[in-house]
Amino acid sequence: MMDTGIATPAPAAVEIALPKPPSVARRMFGHPGLVIGLALLGLCVAMAVLAPLIAPYDPYTQNLDARLIPPVWLEKGSWAHPLGTDNLGRDYFSRTLYGARISLLIGLSVMLISGIIGTTLGLVAGYFGGRVDLVVNFIITARLAMPVVLVALAVVAMIGGSLLVVILTLGLLKWDRFAVVMRSATMQVRSLDYVAAAEAAGASRLRVLAGEILPNVFPHLIVVATVEAGSAILLEAALSFLGLGVQPPLPSWGLMIAEAKNFMFFSFWLIAIPGTALAALVLGINLVGDGLRDVFAPEGRA
Amino acid sequence: MLIYTLKRLALAILVALFVSAVAFVLLRLSGDPALAIAGEGAREADVEMIRKTYGLDRPLPIQYLDWLTTILRGDLGQSLYFRTSVWSLIVDKLPVTFLIGGLSILFALALAIPLGVLAAVFAGSWIDRAALAIAVVGQALPTFFFALVLMMLFSIQLRWLPVSGSDTWWHYVMPTIALGYYVTPPMMRLVRAGMIEVLGSDYIRTARAKGLSTTSVVFKHGLRNAVVPVVALAAVQLGYLLGGSIVIETIFALDGLGYLAYQSITHKDFPVTQAVLLLLSLLYVLLTLAADLLNAFLDPRIRVA
Repeated sequence: MMDTGIATPAPAAVEIALPKPPSVARRMFGHPGLVIGLALLGLCVAMAVLAPLIAPYDPYTQNLDARLIPPVWLEKGSWAHPLGTDNLGRDYFSRTLYGARISLLIGLSVMLISGIIGTTLGLVAGYFGGRVDLVVNFIITARLAMPVVLVALAVVAMIGGSLLVVILTLGLLKWDRFAVVMRSATMQVRSLDYVAAAEAAGASRLRVLAGEILPNVFPHLIVVATVEAGSAILLEAALSFLGLGVQPPLPSWGLMIAEAKNFMFFSFWLIAIPGTALAALVLGINLVGDGLRDVFAPEGRA
Repeated sequence: MLIYTLKRLALAILVALFVSAVAFVLLRLSGDPALAIAGEGAREADVEMIRKTYGLDRPLPIQYLDWLTTILRGDLGQSLYFRTSVWSLIVDKLPVTFLIGGLSILFALALAIPLGVLAAVFAGSWIDRAALAIAVVGQALPTFFFALVLMMLFSIQLRWLPVSGSDTWWHYVMPTIALGYYVTPPMMRLVRAGMIEVLGSDYIRTARAKGLSTTSVVFKHGLRNAVVPVVALAAVQLGYLLGGSIVIETIFALDGLGYLAYQSITHKDFPVTQAVLLLLSLLYVLLTLAADLLNAFLDPRIRVA
């Protein structure tokens, strides 16, 4: 057989190279804030999850012979207690590790409770508008008028401080931002064509809300959720610091700072360690939130 | 404008009433006030007697209306712990809190406006990133931790400032910084976003086209328009500050409303807690009302909504 000499064109040659938009993964890793945030958050999650494995001591066991030992980088510190011990001789490294559990638990559960309340209110107000919106708007305004710290302190003081009480109190108080953001996001989405199409196709209201609107306001929801988780963690710490949050001997970072306050002039590390841990965790969460907003809506950077 | 004002006013009054009801119920749930008044170890007959004299045996809605009319007459009741009238306590402590609140807002504005403007003018540069870093760290730093660090640095290490108390102006420096830094980030972000928007608008382009210098464009034309929402936010933030000053006042032993609230809560002094809660809420309602009216006055488009 002779070769005809005509080369059959390779089918792949017709492909036109369109500039592909960068993938979400690429955008995520090209965002330094997001990467740092994920690293900080990941570190805290690892501390919380692995605490029983890493912690050299029980976080509650007191040892009055080994009180106020400084951390290893200071004079008189030793590797026996890498972050030193507190005024009751409890190992500070172990307590700091277990403290991550409390902060993360608070952040996550308060975010869930307040997220469910706020998102429901916001979606309903934004979708139905009119009187429903008026009522929801009134509830939001009334809630905003009450100072969170004061109300939370008063409630915890009257019911008694425990992890559960703090979570429920903050969860029932902190839904305002969810409601405000979800309301305005829903209003914008509600007038779009695909919502009208779903309505015309006879979808029930619940179905339109859950199936059409919620997925499209989700990026906003994620951003608010991260900000609120961070602020809930700071609030718990502040309440515990004032003695009206979770109670001793739980190793809450806020409580650890409160307990160390009387020794701060001579043993400042007792305050610096949990304080830095708190700031790092909240910084991580906020950076993740900021980063996700940029990744989801690169044009909407503000 | 009149219709908008009336509508907004009606909302404010409704909110104030609602909050007062919540404050009433919340603190009535906190436990039997008759027991609190009688003190520990009181006989049952005495408690019953107190319940009758104070009218605590009547239905809650009636007690609420009664309480509301008393408050509207300016009678906030007696403090159970301090044994004086709640009104005199509040009048006594209010100036300290207003002073820190005002100073903190000024500090925050003094930090937020220049940083926000610089970040907007040099958007994307290292100045922008540095300003963003200041904001991001400010949002993550626990106020009470920051306050303790300041105390350690300026009072213990450097010995420049007094640790606590409220005798001289020097006593207000650290509380102002701690509280002011806490409200700076949202303001700075707002200034930056507003400036970026304004700088991209037509009249700025016109001003530039006329050949005006950058400084003149930024400050005379840009900032004036970008700063309006910041003033409104500052009013709202002042409300937040008064709540946040509970922590700061307690740390620095500043004898203001926040410290009073903290003491009243820990001593279960419910008339005081109630009064402070009510006062702060009312203040917030008034501040937001003022901010909304100011915004509507400056921007007629809002009045229609």
